[in-house]
Amino acid sequence: MIWLDTIVQGILLGGLYALFAAGLSLVFGIMRLVNLAHGDLIVMGAYLILTIVSVLGINPFLAALIAMPIMFALGWLLQRVVLNRVLGPDILPPLLVTFGLSIVLQNALLEGFSADSQRIGAGLLETASWNLGPVTVGIMPVLTFASAILVIVGLNQLFYRTSLGRAFRATSDDPVTASLMGIKPAGVFAMATGIAMIVVTIAALYLGMRANFDPTIGPARLIYAFEAVIIGGLGSLWGTLAGGIIIGVAQTLGAAVSPEWQILAGHVAFLVVLLIKPRGLFPRAYD
Amino acid sequence: MTLLETQNLTAHYGDFQALFGVDIRLEAGQTIAIIGANGAGKTTLMRSIAGVLRNAPGMIRYDGTAIGALPADEVMAMGVSMVPEGRKLFPSLSVEENLLVGTYGRKIVGHWSLDTVYRLFPILREKRHVPGTALSGGQQQMVAIGRALMSNPRVLLCDEISLGLAPVVIRDIYAALPEIQSSGASVIVVEQDIGQAMKVASTVYCMMEGRVTLSGAPGTLSRGAIHAAYFGAHA
Amino acid sequence: MYRVQTRTKASQIAGLLALGLVIVGIILPAFASRTMIQDLFFILSMLTLAQFWNLLAGYGGLVSVGQQAFVGLGAYAMFGGVILLGWDPVPALILSGLVAVVIAVPTAFFTFRLQGAYFAIGTWVVAEVVRLSLATWKTLGGGTGTSLPRTASDFWGTAQVAALFDVRAAAARDIVTYWLALTLAVATIGGIYALLRSRRGLALAALRDNFDAAKSVGVDATRMKWLVFLVAAFGTGIAGGLIYLQKSRISPDAAFSVTDWTAYVIFIVVIGGIGTIEGPIIGVLVFWLLQSTLADFGSWYLMILGGLGIVVMLFAPRGLWGFVSDRTGVQLFPIRRRLIVTKGE
Ligand SMILES: Nc1ncnc2c1ncn2[C@@H]1O[C@H](COP(=O)(O)OP(=O)(O)O)[C@@H](O)[C@H]1O
Ligand SMILES: [Mg+2]
Repeated sequence: MIWLDTIVQGILLGGLYALFAAGLSLVFGIMRLVNLAHGDLIVMGAYLILTIVSVLGINPFLAALIAMPIMFALGWLLQRVVLNRVLGPDILPPLLVTFGLSIVLQNALLEGFSADSQRIGAGLLETASWNLGPVTVGIMPVLTFASAILVIVGLNQLFYRTSLGRAFRATSDDPVTASLMGIKPAGVFAMATGIAMIVVTIAALYLGMRANFDPTIGPARLIYAFEAVIIGGLGSLWGTLAGGIIIGVAQTLGAAVSPEWQILAGHVAFLVVLLIKPRGLFPRAYD
Repeated sequence: MTLLETQNLTAHYGDFQALFGVDIRLEAGQTIAIIGANGAGKTTLMRSIAGVLRNAPGMIRYDGTAIGALPADEVMAMGVSMVPEGRKLFPSLSVEENLLVGTYGRKIVGHWSLDTVYRLFPILREKRHVPGTALSGGQQQMVAIGRALMSNPRVLLCDEISLGLAPVVIRDIYAALPEIQSSGASVIVVEQDIGQAMKVASTVYCMMEGRVTLSGAPGTLSRGAIHAAYFGAHA
Repeated sequence: MYRVQTRTKASQIAGLLALGLVIVGIILPAFASRTMIQDLFFILSMLTLAQFWNLLAGYGGLVSVGQQAFVGLGAYAMFGGVILLGWDPVPALILSGLVAVVIAVPTAFFTFRLQGAYFAIGTWVVAEVVRLSLATWKTLGGGTGTSLPRTASDFWGTAQVAALFDVRAAAARDIVTYWLALTLAVATIGGIYALLRSRRGLALAALRDNFDAAKSVGVDATRMKWLVFLVAAFGTGIAGGLIYLQKSRISPDAAFSVTDWTAYVIFIVVIGGIGTIEGPIIGVLVFWLLQSTLADFGSWYLMILGGLGIVVMLFAPRGLWGFVSDRTGVQLFPIRRRLIVTKGE
C-alpha cells in the first residue's frame, strides 16, 4: 500500500515537472531554441508573484494573474531584442546567450532578494488533503496536476484551432515560406516566447507555493523540464506530461529507498529511457 | 499602367553574384513569362521580388513604391504573392490549413476565399483534412497556388508550377489561369517549358547566367533567337 | 616553384616569445611572491580547462555544459588514489585523467544520441548523476566532502623545493602545483596545436567549416567526435585533480560546480574568441582582471561576466581575438596551410 501511495505522489509530482517543461517544449517546437535560462525564468516568476503578493496583499492565484501579462511582455521583449538575433543554423550563439542570461538572472535575483529561501504562502491549501481510501493526496499536488493538464489542453487548442497556432506550425516547418505567406517569423517567435512565459508563470506559482525556493534552484528545474521533454519525444505536449510523470515517479520511488536517491533516480530513469528509446516515447513522425 | 518593374536588379548569394542588372516589366492585367535553363537566375529573380532576398530599394518598384529592401511579409501584405518553386507546403498543416495560412493576420476582401479556391480545384475540397504533403504532385501544386491566391494578390508569382508534373496535370493546372487573371491578378510565370510560356504570356523574357538575353512578345521572337538566348550563342 | 607552409611571421615571433615566457615561468618562483604564484596557478589551470572546452565546442562542435563532471571526477580520483590506495598525490594525477576517460566513454555513448542543444543539457545531466553518486560515497566524505590526509601534504618535490628556495612547506606546495599547472598548460596548448595541424586536425577543421562536405570526402565525423571528447575528458580530469591538489579540500558541490568549472570556462572562451587557440589565452587574462577588480562586488561580478558574454556573442561572435585578428590578419597559431610562390629555377 505504501508503494501505491508513493506512485500516486510521483504521478502528481510529474504534473509539476510537466508545467516546468511545457514552456520549454513550446519554444523548442517552434524555433528549435533551447533556452538554458528557462529554469531561472521560472524562479524569477516565483519572485515576481511573491512580490505582488506581499505588496498588494492578495491571494497568490490573483497575483499570478497579474504577473502573467508582465511575464508575457518580458518574454516578448527578450525574444525580440535578444534571442531573434541568435537564431540560425549555428547552435552555439543561442546556447551561450541563454547560458549568460541564466547567470545574470540568478545573480540579479541574489542581489535583489538575497540567498534566503522564500515561499509563497497559500494558507490552508498548503496542508489540505483528501483521503481516498488507501492513499491520501494533498490538494496542492492535485491542483498542480490539474493545471498541467489544463495548460496542455489549452496549448493544444491554441496550436490546432487558431490562426496563431497555424502560424506557429507553419513557421516551425519552414520560416522562409511562412514569410512568403505574410507571416513575420520574428513576430511569431516573440509571441511564442511570450506565451511560454505565461506557462512559466503558472509553473512559478506552484513552484513557489509547494516548497521553498531561492535564486539558485533554476538550473535543476531546467534539467527536470528538459528530461521530461526528451522522454516524451520532441514536440509532443502529452508526451511531455508522460515524461514528467516518469521523472516524478522515479524520484518518489528513489526517495522511498533513501533520501539521497531521490534526484539521482529521476536522472537514471531519464538515461534509461534515452538508452531504450533515443527519440523519446512519442516522437514526431517528421522533423 | 506599370504595376511591377525591376531596374538594373542585382542579387548575390554571399560572394556569388546571381543576377547582373535584370530589367523586367509587368503591366497591370498582363501575364509575362520568364524562361531560361536551370541556374539561369529565374528563381533568384522571383525571390528578390518577393522579398526573400533583399536588394537596394529602388531596384524593384511596385505600384509606384520602391520595395526592393522590404521583407517578404511586407511585400506580401502589399499584394505580391508567390507560389514557390517546389511547392513548399507546410508538412504539419492539412490542406485547408495550408490554404488558410495565406490569410494570416489580415481581413481578406476579394474574389478568392476557401470556397472559390475549392471551386477552382474541386479535388482539394475532398482532401481538405489530409496533410498537404500526402497529396499527389499535381494536387500539391494546386494547394500551393490556392494558398497564394487566398490573400487576393494583385501580382502572382509562379515559379515552375509545371516542374515534374505529367502533361495532363500541367494542362489542368494551367486551365486555372484564366480565372486567376479575371480575378484581377497580374501574373509572372517562370517556366523551363518554352511552349507553355509562349502560350500564356504576352511578353516573354529569356534569362541566361543572371541576365535577360532576349525579350518580346511571343509572336515576334524567332526560334533561332530563343535558342541562342536560352542556351548561349555557341550551343 | 611553390612551397606549402603554415608558418607566418607573427607565428615565428610568437613562438620565440612563448619560449621566453615559458622559461620565465619556470624560474619565476625564485623571485615571485606567493600570492602571485597562486594567481598564476589559477590562471594556468583555468586556461587548461578553457583550451579543452574550446577543443570540444570550437573545433568539435560539441557544446558541453557538463565538463564539471570531469573536473570533479579527476579531483575525486586523485583523492581516491591518496586515501584508498595510499598513493602520492602527484602520480595520482594520472588516475585523474584515466578515471575521467573511463567515465567519458559511457557519457559519450549516452549524450551522442542527443543533438545540439540537447547534447549540452545531456552532458549536464550526466555531471549531476556523477555528483550525486559520489555524494553517496561515504569513504570519500559523502555530501560534505573531505580533506587530503596530512601524510599526503609532503607530496613529491615539496621537500626539495622547500630546501632549494628556502621556503615553508606550504609555499613549496604552491610552487610545485604551479609548476605542474605550467607544464599542463604548455602541454595542452602544444598538444592541441599539434593535433590541429595534423591530418586528423585538418579533418576536424573541415568538419567544423562544412559538415556535409567533410563527410562526403570521407572524414569520419563520429570517430572525430569520440576522439575530441575523450581527449578533452582526459585533460580536464588531470586539471581537476591538480586544482584540488592545490585546494587540498574537496566536496561534491564544489568539485562539480557548473559555475566554477563550466560557466567561467565558457565565458573565458567566448570572450576571448571561440575556435582559436589565442582566444582562451586572451579570455583567461580578461577573466582574471575582471575577477581581481570586481570580486568584492559578489553577484554583480557574475552579472557583469554573464552580460559581457551575451554582448560579445551578439556583437562580436568571434570574441576579442577574432575582432583583432579580423582587422590585423595576425595569427599566432596558424593552422591553415598557405601556398607560397618562390622565385627561381
Ligand atoms: N542559396 C543559394 N546559395 C548559393 N548559390 C545559389 C543559391 N541559390 C541559387 N544559387 C545559384 O544562383 C544561380 C541561379 O540560381 P536560380 O535562381 O535558382 O536559377 P533557376 O531558378 O533559373 O534555375 C545558380 O548558379 C545557382 O547555383
Ligand atoms: Mg528555379
